[in-house]
Amino acid sequence: MPYGEAMLTIARELVDKIVAHARADHPDEACGVIAGPVGSDRPERFIPMENAERSPTFYRFDSMEQFRVWRDMDDRDEEPVVIYHSHTATEAYPSRTDVAYASEPNAHYVLVSTASEDDVEFRSYRIVEGVITEEPVKIVEAYG
Amino acid sequence: MAIEIRIPTILRTYTGGAKAVDGTGATLEEVIGDLESRHPGLRDRLVDDSGLRRFVNVYLNDEDVRFLGGLSTPVADGDTVTVLPAVAGGAR
Repeated sequence: MPYGEAMLTIARELVDKIVAHARADHPDEACGVIAGPVGSDRPERFIPMENAERSPTFYRFDSMEQFRVWRDMDDRDEEPVVIYHSHTATEAYPSRTDVAYASEPNAHYVLVSTASEDDVEFRSYRIVEGVITEEPVKIVEAYG
Repeated sequence: MAIEIRIPTILRTYTGGAKAVDGTGATLEEVIGDLESRHPGLRDRLVDDSGLRRFVNVYLNDEDVRFLGGLSTPVADGDTVTVLPAVAGGAR
């Protein structure tokens, strides 16, 4: 089950990196991970991933890249604190497929929408056993 | 020696919380059958009627078994099998 507060606290620098990645890959969906120490609930290490589907409506981590990244996290006593992806024509809300494949019960699922050119929607959810719970996002300059 | 199977967080309810369990068998299919005998329900999360589930990645040592022989991939004592749920989704 998820631990920590029902809130995502994240450094501004990491928010900017996610948004930049989403903009760069638009109109395809961008995806990635922010790793942090196990149990800390603190996103620290930004890891942009390849979207193996290269699609505007679907994303999937490349299986070999995922294997290497997950093994690295294991070696560093980290876990995926944030799993992010972009929606490029729809709002930043988990779709039916996002819920069906959500497989990291401890992760904050971050969605960004690049549907509007002027404004990026940045939202965070817990997705556990098919249930979506939106949570507030607190952007900080640095972790206290 | 046995085969080590590394279990992802979401499937550890089947292994009493264990991150890794031991198994035996000459192929991946036999190893999964062996696991099922001690961790009932696990097989159904990994395979369906057509083989490995589409959104489960299984690796033998450093290789995705889809590029080896799928469920009939030969395994040997000392090998490590890693299970990772695919990270996927989309706009629909």
